[in-house]
Amino acid sequence: MLSKSQARTFFLGGTVVSFGVFLWLTWTTIAKEVPKNTHSENLTEEVIRGKVLWEENNCMGCHTIMGEGAYYAPELTKVVERRGEGYIKAALMTTEPWSPRGRKMVAYGFSNAEADDLVVFFEWVGKVDLNGFPAKTEYETKKASNK
Amino acid sequence: MKYQSQKVAYWFFALSMLLLALQLIYGFIMGFAHMGYDVLHDFIPFNTARAVHTNLLVVWLLSGFMGAAYYIIPEEAQHELVSVKLAYIQLITLALVGVVAIVGFHFNYWEGRKFLEIPRPLDYLVVVNVLTFLGIIIATLYKGKQRTTTSLVLTMGLLFAALLYLPGMIWFDNQTMDSFFRWWVVHLWVEGVWELIMGGILAFLLIKITGVDREVIEKWLYVIVGLTFISGILGTGHHYYYIGAGKVWLIVGGVFSALEPLAFLAMALFTVSMYRKGEKKHPNKMALNWTLGTAIVSFVGAGLLGLAHTLPSVNMYTHGTLVTAMHGHLAFWGAYAMIVFAIIVYAMPNMTGRKFYDSNRGQLAFWLSNIGMVGMTVAFGVAGVAQVYMERIMGLEFGVVQDEIKVHFLILVLCATMFTVGIALFMYEFIKYGRPTDEALEIEQ
Repeated sequence: MLSKSQARTFFLGGTVVSFGVFLWLTWTTIAKEVPKNTHSENLTEEVIRGKVLWEENNCMGCHTIMGEGAYYAPELTKVVERRGEGYIKAALMTTEPWSPRGRKMVAYGFSNAEADDLVVFFEWVGKVDLNGFPAKTEYETKKASNK
Repeated sequence: MKYQSQKVAYWFFALSMLLLALQLIYGFIMGFAHMGYDVLHDFIPFNTARAVHTNLLVVWLLSGFMGAAYYIIPEEAQHELVSVKLAYIQLITLALVGVVAIVGFHFNYWEGRKFLEIPRPLDYLVVVNVLTFLGIIIATLYKGKQRTTTSLVLTMGLLFAALLYLPGMIWFDNQTMDSFFRWWVVHLWVEGVWELIMGGILAFLLIKITGVDREVIEKWLYVIVGLTFISGILGTGHHYYYIGAGKVWLIVGGVFSALEPLAFLAMALFTVSMYRKGEKKHPNKMALNWTLGTAIVSFVGAGLLGLAHTLPSVNMYTHGTLVTAMHGHLAFWGAYAMIVFAIIVYAMPNMTGRKFYDSNRGQLAFWLSNIGMVGMTVAFGVAGVAQVYMERIMGLEFGVVQDEIKVHFLILVLCATMFTVGIALFMYEFIKYGRPTDEALEIEQ
């Protein structure tokens, strides 16, 4: 039967090995995968300003990006592809309260430059290699095969 | 209660209860908003309510863990806390930082990073606060007569939790990197070191309640926390599937996060078998209820419901939907809220000297809150699965789908009401115990 010291060895050994592997995988992710998958050379000042705005206004408190955030408002990873720049900028710059389908969004009234930064940020996010997320829906797949 | 300084725990528990009450209010605001009644939008928009709801959860659980440590460590180390005064200062500053953060969220003073919204200057105060707390605990352990496995596992959990807060404070230009290290905090807390804290508290309760030999309980404690780390550390990979971190995580995250329920299963089996094995039946029936409850509900909520959407092929569709909220609610409730409730219910009679070990009101609090939370989980689950099929598979627009699933939020709010009644009864019981007193010293003997 397992003794207490064997159990302790199991805990300590398991932890050290797991954490070691985790650190190694983290290193390869940061060094190789992230720069390649996110096209980090495209991280311009505009993109970074967009990210700052994204955080300062807690957009993640309603929306998701890369599937992360809250589930009150639409996923925005591919929003530029889906809605186009004009629609997004209108939503960001309006000073009138707006509520698509009755669901209210804060009227941020961003300046043109700020809205541009956010659009560029969304464009950058939209090009990150997310292992196929968001999945193509049945409707999109059918539309593609009919062409 | 064996040591006077254990009384500090009471005030940490009281702070927990207060913050929990606030958390529920913000939960209701969001539930109604999902139903289409976002009436407070001009004052408390959804993103504010959301940040307040989750941060209050984190702070009240931490306050509960700290209270648990202040209660458990003197008893395990057989030594008074090294400084009660410092512990009170730490309590007050914790409450202040919490309140400033929560108020700040209403004025756009935050970092929009899920679960880590507390703005950077306040983060430093959190660090100082937690260091003070750890200082008191570790110094007490150091001066104490004995260092038990239970106290070491508990302290190790608290220490690692503090260390892991730091990666979340690094600024990254790259959203993927930001997210990658945000999970070092969030995932490695809740599916890693917090389980050590939970395991430590659980072991302490089992030793006290069942009377099973400490050596046996602590041996299994090592096995459980070993399983937790072996599965949980590499299981972080399930957050890295779809954020641009590469393909290797699909395999690593998939395999190891599928193993994560094992730790919770072990915890449940261990708790139930220790209970059955124990010959001493402690009169505190409510503490036993919550102890068995936390072991079982955490297995269902954190273990099974996590497994339900952790495989990459499933998560591709459920990632970023209400399915996550389903898992999140029962997991946090079962694993962390209930363990805090268990230690509160165990410690209160000992600190106040009032032996309310069993009451109809206490039983009702237990069952109403649990049934209410299971109902909420089902409501989130139904809404989430419907959302996945309509939005992610069929391709209907987000807003159209949200209209369709509104009705499930009515059920959610009804179940949440039941849950809240249970919590209110629990708080009423808490208040009824009154204040801790030195007259309660040695009440257990």
